[in-house]
Amino acid sequence: MTELLRPRAIGRDLARRDGVAKVRGTATYAFETPVEAPAYAHPVQATVARGRVTAMDTAAAEALEGVLLVLTPFDAERLASTEDREYAVLQSDEVAFRGQVIGVVVAESSERARQAADTIRVTYAEREHDSTLSVDRSDLYTPEKVNPSYETDTAEGDVAAAVAAADVVVEQTYSTAMYHNNPLEPHASTALWEPGADVPLTLWDSTQGVHPARAAVAKVFGLDEEQVRVVCPYVGGGFGSKGTPHANVMLAVMAARALPGRPVRLALTRQQMFVLAGYRTPTIQRMQVAAGRDGRLSAIAIDVVEQTSKIKEFAEQTGIPTRMMYASPSRRTTHRLAALDVPVPSWMRAPGECPGMFGPEVALDELAEALGMDPVELRVRNEPEVDPETGKPWSSRHLVECLREGADRFGWRDRPPPRHRDGDWLVGTGVASSVYPTMRQATSTSLIRFEAGRYVVEIGAADLGTGTWTTLPQIAADALDVPVEDVEVRIGDTRYPIASVAGGSSGMNTWGSAVVEAARTFRDTFGRNPGDGDEAQNGVDQAATDDDHAAYAFGAQFVEARVHADTGELRVPRMLGVFAAGRIINPRTARSQFIGAMTMGLSMALHEHSVWDTRIGQVANHDLAEYHIAVNADVGDVQAHWLDEHDPHVNAMGTKGIGEIGIVGTAAAVVNAVYRATGIRVRALPVTLDKLLAALP
Amino acid sequence: MKPFAYARPGDVTEAVRTVAGEPAAVFLGGGTNLVDHLKLGIARPDVVVDVRTLTSREITDLEDGGLRIGAAVTNSAVAADRRIRERYPVLAEALLAGATGQLRNLATTAGNPLQRTRCVYFQDVTTACNKREPGSGCSAVGGYTRYSAILGIPAALPDPTAPETCIATHPSDMAVALAVVDAQVQVLGPAGARTIPFVDLHRLPGEDPSRDTVLDHGELVTAIDLPPLPAGARSVYRKVRDRASYAFALVSVAAVVVGEGDVRLAFGGVAHKPWRATRAEAILRGGPLTQDAVRAAMAAELAAAQPQPGIDSGNGFKIPLLTRTVVATLRDLTQAAGA
Ligand SMILES: Cc1cc2nc3c(=O)[nH]c(=O)nc-3n(C[C@H](O)[C@H](O)[C@H](O)COP(=O)(O)OP(=O)(O)OC[C@H]3O[C@@H](n4cnc5c(N)ncnc54)[C@H](O)[C@@H]3O)c2cc1C
Ligand code: SF4
Repeated sequence: MTELLRPRAIGRDLARRDGVAKVRGTATYAFETPVEAPAYAHPVQATVARGRVTAMDTAAAEALEGVLLVLTPFDAERLASTEDREYAVLQSDEVAFRGQVIGVVVAESSERARQAADTIRVTYAEREHDSTLSVDRSDLYTPEKVNPSYETDTAEGDVAAAVAAADVVVEQTYSTAMYHNNPLEPHASTALWEPGADVPLTLWDSTQGVHPARAAVAKVFGLDEEQVRVVCPYVGGGFGSKGTPHANVMLAVMAARALPGRPVRLALTRQQMFVLAGYRTPTIQRMQVAAGRDGRLSAIAIDVVEQTSKIKEFAEQTGIPTRMMYASPSRRTTHRLAALDVPVPSWMRAPGECPGMFGPEVALDELAEALGMDPVELRVRNEPEVDPETGKPWSSRHLVECLREGADRFGWRDRPPPRHRDGDWLVGTGVASSVYPTMRQATSTSLIRFEAGRYVVEIGAADLGTGTWTTLPQIAADALDVPVEDVEVRIGDTRYPIASVAGGSSGMNTWGSAVVEAARTFRDTFGRNPGDGDEAQNGVDQAATDDDHAAYAFGAQFVEARVHADTGELRVPRMLGVFAAGRIINPRTARSQFIGAMTMGLSMALHEHSVWDTRIGQVANHDLAEYHIAVNADVGDVQAHWLDEHDPHVNAMGTKGIGEIGIVGTAAAVVNAVYRATGIRVRALPVTLDKLLAALP
Repeated sequence: MKPFAYARPGDVTEAVRTVAGEPAAVFLGGGTNLVDHLKLGIARPDVVVDVRTLTSREITDLEDGGLRIGAAVTNSAVAADRRIRERYPVLAEALLAGATGQLRNLATTAGNPLQRTRCVYFQDVTTACNKREPGSGCSAVGGYTRYSAILGIPAALPDPTAPETCIATHPSDMAVALAVVDAQVQVLGPAGARTIPFVDLHRLPGEDPSRDTVLDHGELVTAIDLPPLPAGARSVYRKVRDRASYAFALVSVAAVVVGEGDVRLAFGGVAHKPWRATRAEAILRGGPLTQDAVRAAMAAELAAAQPQPGIDSGNGFKIPLLTRTVVATLRDLTQAAGA
């Protein structure tokens, strides 16, 4: 148990410190870093899904005025480490997926680079490719672990026996689509290689973690980490897709190393982001849920089939929320993967929980329907006393309170009957639960220095637009017991002490803990009246301090859906979430995390869908005109509320992490609401009007 | 992306001469479609001739009671014009249902109906597409057909390797409204001026899917004329799409109703051109406009429809969806008339 910081700055609704610079356009992003005489790189991509590059005719490209460099697999530098095959750019003539990087052109302008890249003629020895995900594949395999290091399969009790003996059973298959992260700022870098300098490589990169990016780049190029500086003060969104570097970063560095002294800029186009920046695997979830008449679960099981690439495994941990969410004596979770000729999947907001709370939360709604029970009550009835998976007590768990408060605020009790009609619209409401584990990363250090009457806090943390520039000072102020105005925080540079990735909603938990440790050390060393230049450093060196509790944030989401009686068009005028996510550092930035994630969940429910064309091995709708995300007109009244949750077990701030939980469960709540409105249960996302036409009056 | 020369001639005659004399020259309107195509390598002109400041930016009254919309009038300006809103609500509504405010502020009266298909394969130079590269085949057949055509396609299941195959739809909302009001297109070509009925401007793929319209190379659209609608005519545009805004139509319906016995219908999202539903119109002529009658008329209109199989069950849903949308649109229009 930790004594929580006394909140003074924490909890205040402070405006973003970086807001003015962003609105005025003076905040510089990686691609626009002011540098001398930048050159521009454009990737060359494979147009076959599998095979070998047998020849590349680069003569026309090289002959173009302003072209500085063309690199191909045949002449690119050999990398020190090719262990990670996503990073092993231009190391072999093999093509493992369509759109893979097979070359790069660097020129005096981005237009010239792109033009030159277009002129390169490539000859392939094409081979048959296979990119069809299906549960019937004979080559599905069991990964050793699922992301990042969870057990692949778990089993307790006898699901089959419980199903056979149960009063009510739901056995259905649910599926989520392939999704692509599309942050407003594309993946972009400016790289500068100065061989003689103390720090020869400077990389301005749009990343969720300058230190993890530095480690990856250093390894690939055989450099010491001290030889690399990564800088990233601002990020125009990441959502996980910038949590690890992708091939584009290695390509930018490689191009820069071939042009010493010339800064090289590389930004992916929107189309390239559908290939090179990671994506969420489609998932197929076979659910079994069994219960007695009283609604108590006797079994819950999820068997997941999903995909990974042949060159690098990423196993989405879709099954894990089923392990701990509800009390059920028998539980089973399994993950099977198909390794396909496809790009490399990766993190996308709430990997695991986001797809993994779709099947279960729709299945519970189906169970409630079969039992004739209110779906809120069904969930309440299955509230576990302790974590079903580990047997540990909860550090805090207020799911029931979230459900109750959400139901009150939403007006759940007075919800319209099934297939209620209001004018041209069929109206329904739905509910689902949310969950996200409370994580802390193992490594982060902060330095605090007293400088000209203010406290300067340095840490290589990241602000993806999430609010770190504003919230870390709030934590530092309370840890140092000074007004927040007296604290200046500096982040986003490997010159500052090491910080963990902004991922797994662990940023605040980890960096905040490091800042608190540093503040203690500072005060212990220098007392309350430090001298100018006094500085102290400390941090965290283990993932969690409390092994005795299961720590999670919980939430409940309520949705009203409307389906047009003539056309099946869908609208979601109301979404309301209540979350119990520990202490909230800043309600303003927190609210935008919650409602942003709920909106992304709405988008997943109704729109998002990377349409995979197995014939060519590519996303067919690979731009933002055709890959739909929710637009303003799709988003109605979105409310996020939170409980005043006190959790002394998680960390000194009492925070649980809020970046991801808002997307968890949303899509299920939408599907459940649409069912109530129409009587059609859409088990394969997204919910589109063609799936509802048959039920319309 | 390929470098090109940018030309801004002194007047329309010179613009026409410039384009006509240069096989790889194109006109530039607002550029909201063409510039994307330049970047993606779909259009590879040597010369881009900017006509936005040369053609008219005025909407003028015609003697017959109609309106003439200059080629450079922006989509926003057309949608906001009081005369258009009062006399041709179908057109104002169609424009406002398309794209976004920012795009409509740039997009022009000539450029909008001349925008090209959004077929995802057309827009990706790494895939086969007869429209972009004649003879290369059609990747859409059996692929992503959600936005593909169901009407105006000859064979039962088109042959993806045949050079004439194309199942693309025309994406413009404005064009559907212009088709239903029997607009006339004013064209200036190297050989002089001509007028083309709007319904004849766009083509079916026929033998040559690369050609969207009957315009010859170098022919410039200078204006679009709207003839007066009969007294008492009511009109409406109904667009059904996958999200509430900023999406192309799955299907759309432009309707003009005069009394009970004169119904004009045009559909978007279903064919290579804005689809004037002449069979349905003929069946409904004389009325009465009951829902059963509309359903029967739609059954006739869609008798030759060829739903396209493809990823995620293809686009067969367009048949019931279009029928339902037409029934609802005419129901609402006649109810409003009765009210
Ligand atoms: C993301 C997105 C969403 C969109 N959504 C919709 C939608 O929902 N509905 C919809 O209808 N549209 C939509 N649009 C398309 C938009 O309406 C068109 O891009 C626009 O109307 C084209 O007009 P423009 O003046 O910019 O044409 P340009 O891009 O300038 O030109 C288009 C074509 O017309 C030719 N041309 C231009 N002027 C003339 C002339 N005077 N004579 C002869 N040829 C000429 C050009 O050579 C070119 O081939 C969308 C566009 C985008 C980018
Ligand atoms: S439908 Fe037409 S535009 Fe689309 S790929 Fe086929 S030929 Fe090209």
